[in-house]
Amino acid sequence: MSVGTTTGHDTDAVAPTRPGARRWTSRIEAGALPAAWLVVFVVFAVLLPDTFLSTASVSNILGSQAVPLVLTLCLVLPLVCGDYDMSVASVATLTAMVIGILNVNHGWSIGAAIVAGLLAALLAGLVNGAVIVIFGVDSLIVTLGTGTVIQGLVLWISDSTTVSGISTSLVDLVIGYKLFSVPAAFYYGLALCVVLWYLLQHTALGMRMLFIGRGRDVARLSGIAVPRVRMGALVASAGLAGVAGTLYAGTTGSADPSSGTSFLLPAFAAVFLGATTVIPGRFNAWGAFIAVYFLATGITGLQLLGAESFVQQLFYGGALVIAVSLAQLARRREATSAGTTS
Amino acid sequence: MTDPARPVLRMRGVAKTFGLTRVLQDVDLTVRRGEVHGLLGQNGSGKSTLIKILAGFHTPDEGSIELDGASVDLPLSAVDRRKHRLRFVHQDLALLPSLTVLENLLADDVATGPGIRPRRRRAELARATAQFDRFGISLRPDTLVRDISRLDRAKLAIARAVSHLGDDDGDADGAGRGLLVLDEPTAFLPHSEVAELIALMRAVAAQGTGVLFVSHDLDEVLTVTDRVSVLRDGQLVGSEDTASLAREDLVRLIVGRPVSVLSAGSAPVSASQERPRLQVSALRGGAVQHLDLSVHPGEVVGVTGVIGSGFDEVTQLLFGALRASGGSVAIDDLELEARRLSPATAIKAGVAYLPSDRAVQGSAPSLTVGENVALLSLRKGGGPFALTGRRLERHAGKLLRDLDVRPPEPALAYASLSGGNQQKAMMAKWLVTGPKVLLLSEPTQGVDVGAREQIFTLIAEAARQGCAVVCSSSDLDQLAQICNRVLLMRRGVVSDEVHGEAVTKAGLTEMLFADAVVRSPRATSDA
Repeated sequence: MSVGTTTGHDTDAVAPTRPGARRWTSRIEAGALPAAWLVVFVVFAVLLPDTFLSTASVSNILGSQAVPLVLTLCLVLPLVCGDYDMSVASVATLTAMVIGILNVNHGWSIGAAIVAGLLAALLAGLVNGAVIVIFGVDSLIVTLGTGTVIQGLVLWISDSTTVSGISTSLVDLVIGYKLFSVPAAFYYGLALCVVLWYLLQHTALGMRMLFIGRGRDVARLSGIAVPRVRMGALVASAGLAGVAGTLYAGTTGSADPSSGTSFLLPAFAAVFLGATTVIPGRFNAWGAFIAVYFLATGITGLQLLGAESFVQQLFYGGALVIAVSLAQLARRREATSAGTTS
Repeated sequence: MTDPARPVLRMRGVAKTFGLTRVLQDVDLTVRRGEVHGLLGQNGSGKSTLIKILAGFHTPDEGSIELDGASVDLPLSAVDRRKHRLRFVHQDLALLPSLTVLENLLADDVATGPGIRPRRRRAELARATAQFDRFGISLRPDTLVRDISRLDRAKLAIARAVSHLGDDDGDADGAGRGLLVLDEPTAFLPHSEVAELIALMRAVAAQGTGVLFVSHDLDEVLTVTDRVSVLRDGQLVGSEDTASLAREDLVRLIVGRPVSVLSAGSAPVSASQERPRLQVSALRGGAVQHLDLSVHPGEVVGVTGVIGSGFDEVTQLLFGALRASGGSVAIDDLELEARRLSPATAIKAGVAYLPSDRAVQGSAPSLTVGENVALLSLRKGGGPFALTGRRLERHAGKLLRDLDVRPPEPALAYASLSGGNQQKAMMAKWLVTGPKVLLLSEPTQGVDVGAREQIFTLIAEAARQGCAVVCSSSDLDQLAQICNRVLLMRRGVVSDEVHGEAVTKAGLTEMLFADAVVRSPRATSDA
């Protein structure tokens, strides 16, 4: 959102106020979610000065959200290209389970087990990409299907039981090491955010992805290898879901065949909510980051206030619907404003 | 057969104005029972507005319409159209390819009436068979429409439209069998197949239905129609008995002046010693059957024709936007097989392409002007990690100012620009690649007059710098302004060409309509 490019060269024909005004409103829009986050934070800080504000609670919020954050970020890539990936949570569970089984039951070193888990994730991404791009099937349906298949595979290979006792070196790597008393997992998510932000906002590849999502014909006619980029995004999304699964295994020191799927809806809620902020109307890394922590802050506060656990569902489901509606409104406004200036 | 007392359609004094433009003026048109009535006119003569008034899409400013002798309210309502059996077959035929022949045939029956009623499959089949028998159509009702030929599709669409016209459901006075409007249904058919459709049209008319047949093809109109009406500049310049008309009379009515021999006398294009920059041989694909073309540096070649002739697909094929089925394309020394062309290889070879559909194929309207303009420059940035936000805006801003896009604000939404500025921005996007070949498709569609001139200047400038320009367009005025040479496509092949002095709007119009005439001996005697 660069500002101040109103150079002195062309003073005619353009009413200088209009672009300026537009930027002003879009800046408010961009800042709305961070502001809401701040308000939520302050409200709970006032209501619960002892529990909510304690270091343990803050670092708990930051650390515990690493897995949801990475899952949310991995959705950003296919979504920018206009594709859904509903299989990310299952892929994360698969990676965690492969690591657990190989490391605990078969005695593989933790490093080798992680590599195998990530390869399994990438393979799932290749299958998604091949079916979606080569056969031209709707991504939503395909990934819903592959996600269910993968979930079935996980239950199969695990005999529907939790594998515990994963090497402590992974646990240390994920939550053992701390910086400012915040677990390492948080910083991994943060680093991934930086990488995605750079990729999407500052590289040609990021812009090509944007064009593929917004105008597939334009992208094709501009010589962009549309199938290859879409494929890449789906494989990367599955790979990052594998990373999320690795973090999940490290957080609990175990691999649980079913609880991973509960991450899917929160991730979608956050990624759509994130598209209403920082760069409103676009899926973006920092927006996703803010949205994840906004939702986590709200839920943690409510739970500390004594709310039942169903509040999670209310919060995430509501956020998803509201975020998608806001995005739709923004698009409609974009479409109508097109007519006014011409 | 005809009963002049009771025409199925009578339009009186119909006029329509859009903004300041008079599109139709005092049009009196009568279609009698049982006749095939041709409606002819150039692009922009008001034909489509007239059809849209009949379809109830536009309301005329003045005038009245009678159907079956009864005056109807305007705009024409669906109820009146149904009651007076006014049916349409448009060029796109409005069939659903994934459904069966029978389902398509019944589409109108199931569209109205109570939703919960049993479907009687046997009765439906019997009706379809009877309908097909009546018009000599041999189609299996359970075939999918996407599996049948274009000709069969056109026949099916016509059979569907007239399926109600033939029913005698108690019109007490036994009057009219309705009116069937055929809006260029033959445009996509090869010549050999048109005859069957003409037979079908005659069969429909023989039942007492009036047929209004809109076409660009003089031969068809002369063969099938009983009478012909011609629109020119919004006015009906004549309704004549076809039998009394020679082909050149018809052309004179359409064009408004006698036909002269065009290309024979005019000098060939100034023979350039340079090698052609673009050399196309035996290109085919889509509706294009065969195309040989060579374009020299600095030359602007137009391609035109009626819809379905393939003129609009030439540029798409040359860019690989539409996959060719054969032929070769050479740009300078680089020879490419047309079948293997893709936008990426074409761009690499130095080809630029501005599609006619700006909003879908040309740009992503929801992204910013800067992003749209800079998309191609990214390739020049060296590697995938090159051009970043602020630099991109500066780069795009310069491009916008160079081509006088207003406002030159890269951060604005692309959709907020006017049509002309959108097109200039697209020119900026492509010209920055320094193309050797510039392909344009309807470059000034939806562009205002001022911007139109600027776009022409940009095209001329590109040509001056050595670009070979190919422009497919149906806008003859535009072609006359920018082209050195214009090719006329007819049913997939180049059927005529004008160059030099003859490239004027009048010259092109004559070519478009007179095509067959200029080379026939009778035409020369007329001139």
